[in-house]
Amino acid sequence: MGVIERTWDWLTTGAHWSGTDGVWHRLGEHLFLTAVCLLISCAIALPVAVLLGHVGKGGALAVNISNVGRAVPTFAVLVLLLLSPLGTHGSWPTVIALVLFAIPPLLTNAYVGMREVDRDMIEAARGMGMTGGQVIARVELPLAFPLIVTGVRSAAVQVVATTTLAALAGGGGLGRIITAGFRLTDTAQVVSGALLVAGLALLVEGAFVLLQRLLDPMRRPRPKAAAAPGTAPA
Amino acid sequence: MAHQNCLITNDWICGAYVRTRSQELTDATLQHIGITLASVAIGLLVAFPLALVARRWKVVAGPVLGATTVLYTVPSLAMFSLLVPVFGLSAAVVVTGLVLYSLTVLVRNILAGLAAVPEETREAARGMGYGPVRLLFGVELPLALPAVMAGLRITTVSTVSLTTVGAIIGYGGLGNLLYDGMRSYFKAQVLTASVLCVALAVLADLALLLVQRLLTPWTRTRRRAGKRGRVVVEKAVAA
Repeated sequence: MGVIERTWDWLTTGAHWSGTDGVWHRLGEHLFLTAVCLLISCAIALPVAVLLGHVGKGGALAVNISNVGRAVPTFAVLVLLLLSPLGTHGSWPTVIALVLFAIPPLLTNAYVGMREVDRDMIEAARGMGMTGGQVIARVELPLAFPLIVTGVRSAAVQVVATTTLAALAGGGGLGRIITAGFRLTDTAQVVSGALLVAGLALLVEGAFVLLQRLLDPMRRPRPKAAAAPGTAPA
Repeated sequence: MAHQNCLITNDWICGAYVRTRSQELTDATLQHIGITLASVAIGLLVAFPLALVARRWKVVAGPVLGATTVLYTVPSLAMFSLLVPVFGLSAAVVVTGLVLYSLTVLVRNILAGLAAVPEETREAARGMGYGPVRLLFGVELPLALPAVMAGLRITTVSTVSLTTVGAIIGYGGLGNLLYDGMRSYFKAQVLTASVLCVALAVLADLALLLVQRLLTPWTRTRRRAGKRGRVVVEKAVAA
Protein backbone atom coordinates (compact mmCIF):
# COMPACT_ATOMS: atom_id res chain seq x y z
CA MET A 1 0.00 0.00 0.00
CA GLY A 2 1.25 3.46 -0.86
CA VAL A 3 1.58 6.28 1.62
CA ILE A 4 -1.62 7.89 0.36
CA GLU A 5 -3.77 4.80 1.01
CA ARG A 6 -2.19 4.24 4.40
CA THR A 7 -2.75 7.88 5.32
CA TRP A 8 -6.38 7.58 4.26
CA ASP A 9 -6.69 4.46 6.41
CA TRP A 10 -5.15 6.23 9.37
CA LEU A 11 -7.48 9.20 9.04
CA THR A 12 -10.60 7.07 8.66
CA THR A 13 -9.83 4.83 11.62
CA GLY A 14 -12.13 5.92 14.44
CA ALA A 15 -9.71 4.83 17.16
CA HIS A 16 -7.20 7.47 16.07
CA TRP A 17 -9.73 10.23 16.77
CA SER A 18 -10.71 9.33 20.33
CA GLY A 19 -8.80 9.18 23.62
CA THR A 20 -6.22 11.58 25.07
CA ASP A 21 -3.82 10.97 22.16
CA GLY A 22 -6.68 11.17 19.65
CA VAL A 23 -7.24 13.85 17.06
CA TRP A 24 -10.23 15.47 18.81
CA HIS A 25 -8.39 15.88 22.10
CA ARG A 26 -5.27 17.26 20.39
CA LEU A 27 -7.38 19.58 18.26
CA GLY A 28 -9.09 20.86 21.40
CA GLU A 29 -5.71 21.52 23.05
CA HIS A 30 -4.50 23.23 19.91
CA LEU A 31 -7.52 25.52 19.63
CA PHE A 32 -7.57 26.29 23.36
CA LEU A 33 -3.88 27.24 23.41
CA THR A 34 -4.28 29.27 20.22
CA ALA A 35 -7.29 31.21 21.56
CA VAL A 36 -5.80 31.90 24.99
CA CYS A 37 -2.45 33.05 23.58
CA LEU A 38 -4.04 35.17 20.88
CA LEU A 39 -6.21 36.92 23.45
CA ILE A 40 -3.28 37.56 25.80
CA SER A 41 -1.06 38.91 23.03
CA CYS A 42 -3.85 41.12 21.65
CA ALA A 43 -4.47 42.47 25.16
CA ILE A 44 -0.77 43.34 25.46
CA ALA A 45 0.15 44.49 21.96
CA LEU A 46 -2.90 46.30 20.58
CA PRO A 47 -3.32 49.01 23.27
CA VAL A 48 0.41 49.73 23.16
CA ALA A 49 0.44 49.92 19.36
CA VAL A 50 -2.70 52.07 19.20
CA LEU A 51 -1.35 54.50 21.78
CA LEU A 52 2.10 54.68 20.16
CA GLY A 53 0.48 55.12 16.77
CA HIS A 54 -1.80 57.88 18.08
CA VAL A 55 1.11 59.74 19.65
CA GLY A 56 3.31 58.98 16.65
CA LYS A 57 6.27 57.65 18.57
CA GLY A 58 8.02 54.31 18.65
CA GLY A 59 7.94 53.50 14.94
CA ALA A 60 11.50 52.19 15.03
CA LEU A 61 10.59 50.04 18.03
CA ALA A 62 7.62 48.48 16.22
CA VAL A 63 9.67 47.65 13.13
CA ASN A 64 12.66 46.37 15.09
CA ILE A 65 10.58 44.07 17.25
CA SER A 66 9.14 42.60 14.09
CA ASN A 67 12.62 41.99 12.65
CA VAL A 68 13.95 40.47 15.87
CA GLY A 69 10.95 38.15 15.94
CA ARG A 70 11.98 36.85 12.56
CA ALA A 71 15.58 36.17 13.56
CA VAL A 72 14.89 34.28 16.80
CA PRO A 73 14.05 30.63 16.17
CA THR A 74 10.71 29.69 17.76
CA PHE A 75 12.01 26.25 18.53
CA ALA A 76 15.00 27.67 20.43
CA VAL A 77 12.77 29.89 22.58
CA LEU A 78 10.50 26.95 23.35
CA VAL A 79 13.40 24.75 24.44
CA LEU A 80 15.02 27.56 26.43
CA LEU A 81 11.78 28.22 28.31
CA LEU A 82 11.27 24.52 28.86
CA LEU A 83 14.67 24.13 30.52
CA SER A 84 14.23 27.32 32.56
CA PRO A 85 12.54 27.18 35.98
CA LEU A 86 9.24 27.82 34.15
CA GLY A 87 9.59 24.45 32.45
CA THR A 88 8.00 22.58 35.31
CA HIS A 89 4.81 24.64 35.11
CA GLY A 90 2.78 22.72 32.57
CA SER A 91 1.81 24.76 29.53
CA TRP A 92 3.41 28.02 30.65
CA PRO A 93 6.57 27.71 28.50
CA THR A 94 4.36 27.17 25.46
CA VAL A 95 2.01 30.02 26.33
CA ILE A 96 4.87 32.48 26.88
CA ALA A 97 6.63 31.47 23.67
CA LEU A 98 3.38 31.76 21.70
CA VAL A 99 2.62 35.21 23.13
CA LEU A 100 6.17 36.38 22.37
CA PHE A 101 5.82 35.31 18.77
CA ALA A 102 2.34 36.73 18.28
CA ILE A 103 3.24 40.21 19.51
CA PRO A 104 5.48 41.37 16.59
CA PRO A 105 2.87 41.12 13.80
CA LEU A 106 0.19 42.62 16.06
CA LEU A 107 2.35 45.53 17.14
CA THR A 108 3.78 46.33 13.73
CA ASN A 109 0.53 46.15 11.79
CA ALA A 110 -1.51 48.09 14.33
CA TYR A 111 1.16 50.79 14.57
CA VAL A 112 1.51 51.13 10.81
CA GLY A 113 -2.28 51.15 10.45
CA MET A 114 -2.61 54.01 12.93
CA ARG A 115 0.18 55.99 11.30
CA GLU A 116 -1.20 55.59 7.81
CA VAL A 117 -4.45 57.34 8.67
CA ASP A 118 -4.67 60.53 6.64
CA ARG A 119 -3.24 63.39 8.74
CA ASP A 120 -5.79 65.81 7.28
CA MET A 121 -8.66 63.72 8.62
CA ILE A 122 -7.18 63.77 12.11
CA GLU A 123 -6.69 67.54 11.87
CA ALA A 124 -10.30 67.88 10.75
CA ALA A 125 -11.50 65.73 13.65
CA ARG A 126 -9.51 67.83 16.09
CA GLY A 127 -10.88 70.96 14.48
CA MET A 128 -14.36 69.64 15.18
CA GLY A 129 -13.39 69.59 18.85
CA MET A 130 -12.82 65.86 19.31
CA THR A 131 -10.66 64.84 22.25
CA GLY A 132 -7.70 62.51 21.84
CA GLY A 133 -9.80 59.54 22.90
CA GLN A 134 -12.56 60.41 20.48
CA VAL A 135 -10.08 60.78 17.63
CA ILE A 136 -8.76 57.29 18.39
CA ALA A 137 -12.17 55.68 18.72
CA ARG A 138 -14.05 57.41 15.90
CA VAL A 139 -11.40 58.23 13.31
CA GLU A 140 -8.14 56.38 13.69
CA LEU A 141 -9.36 52.94 14.79
CA PRO A 142 -12.02 52.53 12.08
CA LEU A 143 -9.57 53.64 9.38
CA ALA A 144 -6.74 51.48 10.74
CA PHE A 145 -9.06 48.49 11.12
CA PRO A 146 -8.03 46.56 7.98
CA LEU A 147 -4.34 46.61 8.88
CA ILE A 148 -5.02 45.80 12.52
CA VAL A 149 -7.04 42.75 11.52
CA THR A 150 -4.31 41.75 9.07
CA GLY A 151 -1.96 41.78 12.05
CA VAL A 152 -4.35 39.67 14.12
CA ARG A 153 -4.60 37.27 11.20
CA SER A 154 -0.81 36.92 10.89
CA ALA A 155 -0.60 36.46 14.64
CA ALA A 156 -3.31 33.80 14.64
CA VAL A 157 -1.63 31.80 11.88
CA GLN A 158 1.69 32.25 13.65
CA VAL A 159 0.24 30.94 16.91
CA VAL A 160 -1.33 27.92 15.17
CA ALA A 161 2.06 27.15 13.63
CA THR A 162 3.94 27.65 16.87
CA THR A 163 1.55 25.47 18.82
CA THR A 164 2.56 22.75 16.38
CA LEU A 165 6.19 23.26 17.33
CA ALA A 166 5.32 23.09 21.03
CA ALA A 167 4.74 19.38 20.44
CA LEU A 168 8.45 19.03 19.65
CA ALA A 169 9.12 20.30 23.16
CA GLY A 170 6.61 17.93 24.70
CA GLY A 171 3.63 20.30 24.75
CA GLY A 172 0.12 19.47 23.60
CA GLY A 173 -1.62 20.19 20.34
CA LEU A 174 -1.94 18.58 16.93
CA GLY A 175 1.83 18.53 16.41
CA ARG A 176 1.93 15.67 18.93
CA ILE A 177 0.38 13.39 16.32
CA ILE A 178 3.31 14.16 14.02
CA THR A 179 6.01 13.75 16.65
CA ALA A 180 4.42 10.54 17.95
CA GLY A 181 4.33 9.29 14.36
CA PHE A 182 8.04 9.94 14.01
CA ARG A 183 8.74 8.10 17.24
CA LEU A 184 6.72 5.10 16.03
CA THR A 185 8.26 5.47 12.53
CA ASP A 186 4.67 5.44 11.29
CA THR A 187 4.77 7.51 8.08
CA ALA A 188 1.01 7.33 7.63
CA GLN A 189 0.48 8.92 11.03
CA VAL A 190 3.12 11.59 10.33
CA VAL A 191 1.45 12.52 7.05
CA SER A 192 -2.04 12.42 8.59
CA GLY A 193 -0.94 14.73 11.40
CA ALA A 194 0.74 17.05 8.92
CA LEU A 195 -2.41 17.22 6.80
CA LEU A 196 -4.54 18.00 9.86
CA VAL A 197 -2.14 20.73 11.00
CA ALA A 198 -1.86 22.27 7.54
CA GLY A 199 -5.65 22.10 7.16
CA LEU A 200 -6.21 23.85 10.48
CA ALA A 201 -3.73 26.62 9.61
CA LEU A 202 -5.43 27.20 6.26
CA LEU A 203 -8.88 27.16 7.90
CA VAL A 204 -7.84 29.74 10.48
CA GLU A 205 -6.36 31.93 7.75
CA GLY A 206 -9.51 31.58 5.66
CA ALA A 207 -11.79 32.31 8.61
CA PHE A 208 -9.92 35.54 9.33
CA VAL A 209 -10.01 36.64 5.69
CA LEU A 210 -13.78 36.17 5.80
CA LEU A 211 -14.14 37.94 9.17
CA GLN A 212 -12.07 40.81 7.86
CA ARG A 213 -14.44 41.28 4.93
CA LEU A 214 -17.56 41.07 7.10
CA LEU A 215 -16.40 43.27 9.96
CA ASP A 216 -14.65 46.10 8.14
CA PRO A 217 -16.42 49.26 9.38
CA MET A 218 -15.43 51.05 6.18
CA ARG A 219 -17.02 48.42 4.00
CA ARG A 220 -16.23 49.72 0.56
CA PRO A 221 -13.89 48.63 -2.20
CA ARG A 222 -10.45 49.85 -1.27
CA PRO A 223 -7.11 49.42 -2.99
CA LYS A 224 -5.68 46.17 -1.77
CA ALA A 225 -3.23 46.88 1.03
CA ALA A 226 0.21 45.73 -0.03
CA ALA A 227 0.66 44.08 3.33
CA ALA A 228 3.23 41.37 2.87
CA PRO A 229 2.95 38.32 5.13
CA GLY A 230 3.54 39.64 8.62
CA THR A 231 6.10 37.28 10.04
CA ALA A 232 7.80 34.09 9.19
CA PRO A 233 6.04 30.77 9.56
CA ALA A 234 7.07 28.69 12.53
CA MET B 1 39.01 22.03 37.81
CA ALA B 2 36.52 24.88 37.75
CA HIS B 3 35.80 24.39 34.05
CA GLN B 4 34.69 20.80 34.63
CA ASN B 5 32.24 21.92 37.25
CA CYS B 6 29.89 23.78 34.94
CA LEU B 7 29.31 20.59 32.96
CA ILE B 8 28.43 18.73 36.14
CA THR B 9 26.28 21.47 37.65
CA ASN B 10 24.57 21.94 34.27
CA ASP B 11 25.03 25.72 34.04
CA TRP B 12 23.54 27.74 31.19
CA ILE B 13 26.88 29.26 30.28
CA CYS B 14 29.74 26.80 30.14
CA GLY B 15 33.12 27.46 28.53
CA ALA B 16 34.13 23.84 28.99
CA TYR B 17 31.19 22.76 26.82
CA VAL B 18 32.25 25.02 23.97
CA ARG B 19 35.86 23.82 24.28
CA THR B 20 35.24 20.09 24.54
CA ARG B 21 32.43 19.93 21.99
CA SER B 22 33.79 22.43 19.49
CA GLN B 23 33.81 19.82 16.71
CA GLU B 24 30.12 19.05 17.23
CA LEU B 25 29.28 22.76 17.29
CA THR B 26 31.27 23.40 14.11
CA ASP B 27 29.59 20.51 12.29
CA ALA B 28 26.12 21.67 13.32
CA THR B 29 26.87 25.26 12.33
CA LEU B 30 28.23 24.16 8.94
CA GLN B 31 25.14 22.01 8.33
CA HIS B 32 22.98 24.98 9.29
CA ILE B 33 24.82 27.31 6.90
CA GLY B 34 24.74 24.70 4.13
CA ILE B 35 20.98 24.14 4.40
CA THR B 36 20.29 27.88 4.57
CA LEU B 37 22.53 28.70 1.60
CA ALA B 38 21.10 25.91 -0.53
CA SER B 39 17.51 26.90 0.32
CA VAL B 40 17.94 30.60 -0.36
CA ALA B 41 19.93 29.98 -3.56
CA ILE B 42 17.39 27.51 -4.96
CA GLY B 43 14.56 29.78 -3.77
CA LEU B 44 16.03 32.67 -5.75
CA LEU B 45 16.56 30.47 -8.82
CA VAL B 46 12.91 29.36 -8.72
CA ALA B 47 11.40 32.71 -7.72
CA PHE B 48 13.06 34.73 -10.48
CA PRO B 49 11.54 32.90 -13.48
CA LEU B 50 8.24 32.62 -11.58
CA ALA B 51 8.17 36.37 -11.10
CA LEU B 52 9.04 36.95 -14.77
CA VAL B 53 6.26 34.62 -15.89
CA ALA B 54 3.80 36.26 -13.49
CA ARG B 55 4.75 39.67 -14.84
CA ARG B 56 4.47 38.62 -18.47
CA TRP B 57 1.11 36.85 -18.17
CA LYS B 58 -1.38 38.43 -15.78
CA VAL B 59 -3.41 35.20 -15.80
CA VAL B 60 -0.54 33.38 -14.11
CA ALA B 61 0.17 36.09 -11.53
CA GLY B 62 -2.94 35.41 -9.40
CA PRO B 63 -2.47 31.64 -9.04
CA VAL B 64 1.30 31.96 -8.46
CA LEU B 65 0.89 34.58 -5.72
CA GLY B 66 -2.06 32.69 -4.23
CA ALA B 67 -0.27 29.35 -4.17
CA THR B 68 2.89 30.72 -2.58
CA THR B 69 0.80 32.53 0.06
CA VAL B 70 -1.08 29.34 0.90
CA LEU B 71 2.23 27.46 1.25
CA TYR B 72 3.43 30.19 3.61
CA THR B 73 0.54 29.41 5.95
CA VAL B 74 1.48 25.76 6.42
CA PRO B 75 3.35 25.25 9.72
CA SER B 76 6.95 24.14 9.25
CA LEU B 77 6.57 20.89 11.18
CA ALA B 78 3.72 19.89 8.86
CA MET B 79 5.56 21.08 5.77
CA PHE B 80 8.64 18.99 6.55
CA SER B 81 6.53 15.98 7.56
CA LEU B 82 4.54 16.09 4.32
CA LEU B 83 7.77 16.03 2.31
CA VAL B 84 9.20 13.01 4.15
CA PRO B 85 7.37 10.43 2.01
CA VAL B 86 8.69 12.19 -1.11
CA PHE B 87 12.38 12.49 -0.19
CA GLY B 88 12.81 10.10 2.74
CA LEU B 89 14.79 11.27 5.76
CA SER B 90 17.24 13.56 3.97
CA ALA B 91 18.36 17.17 3.95
CA ALA B 92 16.35 17.57 0.72
CA VAL B 93 13.16 17.58 2.81
CA VAL B 94 14.29 20.59 4.83
CA VAL B 95 15.72 22.42 1.82
CA THR B 96 12.56 21.89 -0.24
CA GLY B 97 10.33 23.08 2.59
CA LEU B 98 12.43 26.18 3.10
CA VAL B 99 12.50 26.89 -0.65
CA LEU B 100 8.68 26.73 -0.72
CA TYR B 101 8.51 29.26 2.14
CA SER B 102 11.04 31.57 0.51
CA LEU B 103 8.97 31.85 -2.69
CA THR B 104 6.21 33.99 -1.11
CA VAL B 105 8.45 36.87 -0.14
CA LEU B 106 10.90 36.54 -3.04
CA VAL B 107 8.33 36.45 -5.86
CA ARG B 108 6.43 39.39 -4.37
CA ASN B 109 9.52 41.50 -3.91
CA ILE B 110 10.94 40.75 -7.36
CA LEU B 111 7.57 41.65 -8.91
CA ALA B 112 7.32 44.85 -6.87
CA GLY B 113 10.90 45.81 -7.73
CA LEU B 114 10.37 45.30 -11.47
CA ALA B 115 7.04 47.12 -11.38
CA ALA B 116 8.69 50.14 -9.79
CA VAL B 117 11.07 50.66 -12.72
CA PRO B 118 9.94 53.91 -14.40
CA GLU B 119 8.42 53.42 -17.84
CA GLU B 120 10.53 56.30 -19.22
CA THR B 121 13.70 54.46 -18.24
CA ARG B 122 12.48 51.43 -20.14
CA GLU B 123 11.58 53.53 -23.16
CA ALA B 124 14.98 55.21 -23.09
CA ALA B 125 16.76 51.86 -22.99
CA ARG B 126 14.65 50.57 -25.86
CA GLY B 127 15.41 53.71 -27.79
CA MET B 128 19.10 53.03 -27.28
CA GLY B 129 18.56 49.67 -29.00
CA TYR B 130 18.33 47.44 -25.89
CA GLY B 131 16.72 44.06 -26.58
CA PRO B 132 14.37 42.51 -24.00
CA VAL B 133 17.12 40.40 -22.39
CA ARG B 134 19.60 43.24 -22.16
CA LEU B 135 16.83 45.51 -20.91
CA LEU B 136 16.01 43.04 -18.14
CA PHE B 137 19.54 42.30 -16.96
CA GLY B 138 21.14 45.64 -17.79
CA VAL B 139 18.45 48.09 -16.72
CA GLU B 140 15.42 46.64 -14.94
CA LEU B 141 17.13 44.17 -12.63
CA PRO B 142 19.74 46.62 -11.31
CA LEU B 143 16.97 49.15 -10.62
CA ALA B 144 14.87 46.46 -8.90
CA LEU B 145 17.83 45.37 -6.77
CA PRO B 146 16.90 47.22 -3.56
CA ALA B 147 13.46 45.55 -3.47
CA VAL B 148 14.92 42.15 -4.40
CA MET B 149 17.60 42.45 -1.73
CA ALA B 150 15.02 43.46 0.89
CA GLY B 151 13.12 40.27 0.10
CA LEU B 152 16.31 38.25 0.14
CA ARG B 153 17.19 39.57 3.59
CA ILE B 154 13.78 38.71 5.06
CA THR B 155 13.94 35.26 3.48
CA THR B 156 17.46 34.54 4.68
CA VAL B 157 16.81 35.58 8.26
CA SER B 158 13.66 33.49 8.55
CA THR B 159 15.31 30.55 6.76
CA VAL B 160 18.11 30.54 9.33
CA SER B 161 15.58 30.38 12.14
CA LEU B 162 13.31 27.81 10.44
CA THR B 163 16.17 25.44 9.67
CA THR B 164 16.15 24.49 13.37
CA VAL B 165 12.81 22.70 12.91
CA GLY B 166 14.58 20.29 10.55
CA ALA B 167 15.80 18.64 13.77
CA ILE B 168 12.60 16.55 13.64
CA ILE B 169 14.21 14.54 10.83
CA GLY B 170 17.82 15.03 11.98
CA TYR B 171 18.77 17.77 9.49
CA GLY B 172 18.27 20.90 11.53
CA GLY B 173 21.85 22.11 11.88
CA LEU B 174 21.99 23.86 15.24
CA GLY B 175 18.41 22.68 15.77
CA ASN B 176 19.79 19.15 16.25
CA LEU B 177 21.78 20.40 19.23
CA LEU B 178 18.66 22.12 20.60
CA TYR B 179 16.70 18.90 20.26
CA ASP B 180 19.38 16.73 21.91
CA GLY B 181 19.91 19.33 24.62
CA MET B 182 16.20 19.41 25.36
CA ARG B 183 16.03 15.65 25.73
CA SER B 184 19.11 15.37 27.95
CA TYR B 185 18.30 18.58 29.83
CA PHE B 186 21.72 19.97 28.80
CA LYS B 187 21.37 23.72 29.37
CA ALA B 188 24.77 24.87 28.04
CA GLN B 189 24.14 23.10 24.73
CA VAL B 190 20.68 24.64 24.31
CA LEU B 191 21.81 28.18 25.10
CA THR B 192 24.98 27.95 22.97
CA ALA B 193 23.06 26.62 19.97
CA SER B 194 20.35 29.28 20.35
CA VAL B 195 22.87 32.10 20.56
CA LEU B 196 24.80 30.75 17.55
CA CYS B 197 21.54 30.56 15.62
CA VAL B 198 20.61 34.19 16.28
CA ALA B 199 24.20 35.29 15.59
CA LEU B 200 24.06 33.45 12.26
CA ALA B 201 20.84 35.25 11.30
CA VAL B 202 22.24 38.66 12.23
CA LEU B 203 25.55 38.01 10.40
CA ALA B 204 23.73 36.82 7.28
CA ASP B 205 21.56 39.95 7.34
CA LEU B 206 24.61 42.22 7.67
CA ALA B 207 26.43 40.35 4.90
CA LEU B 208 23.47 40.83 2.54
CA LEU B 209 23.29 44.52 3.49
CA LEU B 210 26.95 44.82 2.52
CA VAL B 211 26.35 42.99 -0.78
CA GLN B 212 23.47 45.37 -1.51
CA ARG B 213 25.69 48.41 -0.91
CA LEU B 214 28.38 46.97 -3.18
CA LEU B 215 25.88 46.09 -5.91
CA THR B 216 24.12 49.44 -5.91
CA PRO B 217 26.96 52.00 -5.89
CA TRP B 218 24.76 54.54 -7.67
CA THR B 219 22.51 54.99 -4.65
CA ARG B 220 25.51 56.40 -2.83
CA THR B 221 27.05 58.42 -5.66
CA ARG B 222 23.68 60.08 -6.14
CA ARG B 223 23.63 61.08 -2.49
CA ARG B 224 27.19 62.33 -2.73
CA ALA B 225 26.40 64.18 -5.95
CA GLY B 226 23.42 65.71 -4.21
CA LYS B 227 25.66 67.00 -1.45
CA ARG B 228 28.15 68.36 -3.91
CA GLY B 229 25.29 69.99 -5.76
CA ARG B 230 24.14 71.61 -2.56
CA VAL B 231 27.65 72.89 -1.89
CA VAL B 232 27.74 74.41 -5.37
CA VAL B 233 24.37 76.03 -4.78
CA GLU B 234 25.49 77.40 -1.43
CA LYS B 235 28.64 78.83 -3.05
CA ALA B 236 26.54 80.38 -5.74
CA VAL B 237 24.31 81.97 -3.12
CA ALA B 238 27.35 83.23 -1.22
CA ALA B 239 28.77 84.77 -4.35
